Amino acid sequence: MNFTLKIWRQKDAKSKGGFETYKVENISADTSFLEMLDILNNNLVHEGKEPVAFDHDCREGICGMCSLHINGLAHGPGQGATTCQIYMRKFRDGETITIEPWRSAAFPVIKDLVVNRGAYDRILQAGGFVSVRTNSVPDANAIPIPKADADESMDAAACIGCGACAATCKNGSAMLFVAARVSSLAKLPQGRVEGARRAKAMVAKMDELGFGNCTNTGACQAECPKSISIAHIARLNREFLSAKFED
Amino acid sequence: MSCFLSNSSLGKKLVMSITGCFLVLFILFHMSMNITAIISPEGYNAICEFLGANWYALAGTLVLAAGVVVHFIYAVVLTLENYKARGSQRYAVTVKEPNVSWASKNMLVLGFIILGGLLIHLFNFWAKMQLVEIMGEHTNSLGFGPADGAALIAYTFSHWYYVVIYLVWFLALWFHLTHGIWSMFQTAGWANDTWYPRLKCIANVVATIVFLGFAAVVIVYFIQSLCPCNGGAC
Repeated sequence: MNFTLKIWRQKDAKSKGGFETYKVENISADTSFLEMLDILNNNLVHEGKEPVAFDHDCREGICGMCSLHINGLAHGPGQGATTCQIYMRKFRDGETITIEPWRSAAFPVIKDLVVNRGAYDRILQAGGFVSVRTNSVPDANAIPIPKADADESMDAAACIGCGACAATCKNGSAMLFVAARVSSLAKLPQGRVEGARRAKAMVAKMDELGFGNCTNTGACQAECPKSISIAHIARLNREFLSAKFED
Repeated sequence: MSCFLSNSSLGKKLVMSITGCFLVLFILFHMSMNITAIISPEGYNAICEFLGANWYALAGTLVLAAGVVVHFIYAVVLTLENYKARGSQRYAVTVKEPNVSWASKNMLVLGFIILGGLLIHLFNFWAKMQLVEIMGEHTNSLGFGPADGAALIAYTFSHWYYVVIYLVWFLALWFHLTHGIWSMFQTAGWANDTWYPRLKCIANVVATIVFLGFAAVVIVYFIQSLCPCNGGAC
């Protein structure tokens, strides 16, 4: 398969970027999207040109590093998959593919397609954890947890913090990410104890970092590679508002 | 607590949700009152007389105006913050995400259309009814009594352009409510995956009832105005 790639190139955070067009040829349909970019970069290096910078790590959909906006969609075509899980058979032979970095004020571009997603780390540092004494590992069944609660918690914990939610949201809102983190702990007895403090601290940090306000469009849920439901946003709203009214 | 309602994103959205809920309840009341004008113009005028510029109607008007103003100001503030959060560099290519409604992405634009319609409506009715009473006058600029709402409806909707403007207004309101009604439950935290289809269904049903209820009065009075014999007896 042959493709024309329109890729955002930007030297560094301060430089003005722009699109550059490249051709890649003889790409197997079973090549992953990131492998296709590897092939492009290999060609560019052979031509003595600067390769395209893009984030990637595990290439199996669990690390949350790959973060490309492909043809207008976060993580490209197909739902419930990260960029590294997209294969070139998803595209038409001869298609022009536009590749952009995440666009959100809280995720500044560092270089080409790489953005700084440190804002998510700072939200987590504000409260996305459980404070426990680090003694020996307790027995797994010491605290009984209803299956439905454990399932809901695990669904929320599937969030890989890739940033697709804020990057897709027309408001640049990080609510789905914060909600997933708050919800995954709020549904477990260990996390319940610090629920109120966590919700308030994480929302305050999210606001402070300049993320937008959720308007319930549901675009984040549609583009989330882990298909995390906006029901977790409702739970975050509940946690936050009840914590505030208790103050 | 007053702080979080103006400083925090979730607090500001709660204010949008509560004021939105209040406005939906008012709209349902207004629509029920309007339908009386189809069944009995005399009955409708009796309601106009009962409300008029009495203290409870004036207090209600002030609370209602405050609700509209707060809902509007918060909407503008939230949208400006969202615009800033989106960043100056936008995507070159965008596509509609699956299951994302058009209304949910255009609430402010719809809100501006609704506000524009409201201003026209205040000019057409409030300024010729309650305001006339507040000013202590006995007839409005059209020569009707301030409690003769039915005559004012008949006069206004004998003009085809007001019929069109009002129907566009109601349509914008329909779109706004289809997203706004379920969204207010989500913002208050009263939603989950089981209830989303139900809440969206309730939102669509309420929005449609509101649209049909308001539009019925406009259309019935417009058709009556087309009849050569007065009062729609033909």
